[in-house]
Amino acid sequence: MTSHSQADSRQPDQNAKNITRKKGSRQSLGETAWTVVAGLCLLTALVPLFLVIAYVLVQGFSRLDVAAFTRLPPPPLSANEGGFANALAGTLIMVAIGALISVPFGVLAAIYLAEFSSGQIPRWIRFATNVLSGVPSILMGVFIYGLLVLPFFGFSAIAGGAALAVLMLPIIVRTTDESLQIVPQSVRWASLGMGASKFQTVLRVVLPAALPAIATGLTLAVARAAGETAPLIFTALFAQYWTDDLLSPIASLSVLVYNFAAVPYENQRELAWAASLILVLIVLLTSILSRWATRKQVY
Amino acid sequence: MNSSHTAESNAQDQKSKEPVFRTEDLNIYYGDFLAVRGVSMEIQPRKITAFIGPSGCGKSTLLRCFNRLNDLIPSFHLKGKAYYHDQDLFADDVDPVAVRRRIGMVFQQPNPFPKSIYNNIAYGARVTGMQIDDMDELVEKSLRQAALWDEVKDKLGANGLSLSGGQQQRLCIARAISTTPDVILMDEPCSSLDPISTLKVEDLLQELTNDYTIVIVTHNMQQATRVADETAFFNAEASDDGKRYGFLVEYGPTERIFSQPQEESTQRYVSGRFG
Repeated sequence: MTSHSQADSRQPDQNAKNITRKKGSRQSLGETAWTVVAGLCLLTALVPLFLVIAYVLVQGFSRLDVAAFTRLPPPPLSANEGGFANALAGTLIMVAIGALISVPFGVLAAIYLAEFSSGQIPRWIRFATNVLSGVPSILMGVFIYGLLVLPFFGFSAIAGGAALAVLMLPIIVRTTDESLQIVPQSVRWASLGMGASKFQTVLRVVLPAALPAIATGLTLAVARAAGETAPLIFTALFAQYWTDDLLSPIASLSVLVYNFAAVPYENQRELAWAASLILVLIVLLTSILSRWATRKQVY
Repeated sequence: MNSSHTAESNAQDQKSKEPVFRTEDLNIYYGDFLAVRGVSMEIQPRKITAFIGPSGCGKSTLLRCFNRLNDLIPSFHLKGKAYYHDQDLFADDVDPVAVRRRIGMVFQQPNPFPKSIYNNIAYGARVTGMQIDDMDELVEKSLRQAALWDEVKDKLGANGLSLSGGQQQRLCIARAISTTPDVILMDEPCSSLDPISTLKVEDLLQELTNDYTIVIVTHNMQQATRVADETAFFNAEASDDGKRYGFLVEYGPTERIFSQPQEESTQRYVSGRFG
């Protein structure tokens, strides 16, 4: 009896030593099925991306000539093909103004959050930052419209830049905060253990170590701002001509697309496609830049 | 001339006999939790003092009191007294940054800065505002003292993180001695190193003891017998409410602790029967 039950218990052991792949087993079928499902989902997710890029390329590439970069937007039905020179300049100017305002505030706020705050305060600031980054961008436009456009500047590059700054701020705070938190605590302790002050530690060790990641966050914020339309409609409006001061309405690529995409005039529609292509290229370029910055990351 | 020299060296001797650290009934808390209870001890100058004992007995916690690094843990506070050369370490007018300039630290995990080897060493001198005429010389001297110079002299510009674990730890030691501190605290400096790197670090400790007072936390009892002049055995036990706290069991010359321990728990620990 005893020997019999022993022989029985040995039986599975023999099977357990078999390590060849069993075709058609439930496990391997399930594995294949899930791999296929996951692959299809991935393809579905990529389809819109490729369609958008391909379509914009096809439609926009033909109008991407020298004139597009040097001339002003054309009037409807004119023989003059025109260009988006002033809109490109306007986008660059407003993104620059936005970055000038949001980068110092955002980075310093994040440094405070990650390095100097304590207790419940950082939790609430992080929460508020997340809420701010979820606020629809059109509200940023309305906010600046009420805060700056109506009482002070009118439609202007300053107001447009300010709206973009509000938009970029939460992105910058969050990515910088995360970049700083990635730097291991042990390195801070090493620096403090050397007799460095907290300030020296942050400035000389933590910030340099986090800089590539911070740069990534900044470029992504810039890319996001460059493509925004809604905040600019209420703040910068648009201009058919060159603007020579920061306090007048100013053109931008995104608003040009918004204005020209749905008009019945062929020359304006073509220009809208070309401008869309440039916007996509700006986002692509900044993404590549941020990739390149991330490559240098140490942690 | 001669006599003055003698007087000076006498004063030196007198001074060198003063304990570097002295604690009186030191209780260390994290929040309400008592981590270390009632430690009274003296750390002798220019000697290697080892803290041994099972995990969670507060060795590292006590060590980090000596350079005020526990201040970085928000819930940390203590009762009792800790003196550094007869100055109350936790007096209100003591600047923790100044304390850490005198008392260097080497951590359990090698933690070089993500900077070049050169700048890892130069960092301490730069942040502490030391007047250095020749930084190259300081870097070379520190790396030589840490027995790392020959391995890195041709790549001082390489990132400190590109070195092997053992080299990184010796870089951290070189960094710690670059500012010529009075004391070096080491928190299990060899626990993440292979045996060869460990031996190199231990040799290094023996050489450093001519100039520095060293306190080393170690889990490795052989290491304590090899390097330490004095050994302190810590143990942990549960208090009435079931929480474990660490305390100092026995402290004395390493040889005595290992060959003729007074306490039974020390005897059991050093003979490897628990912990």
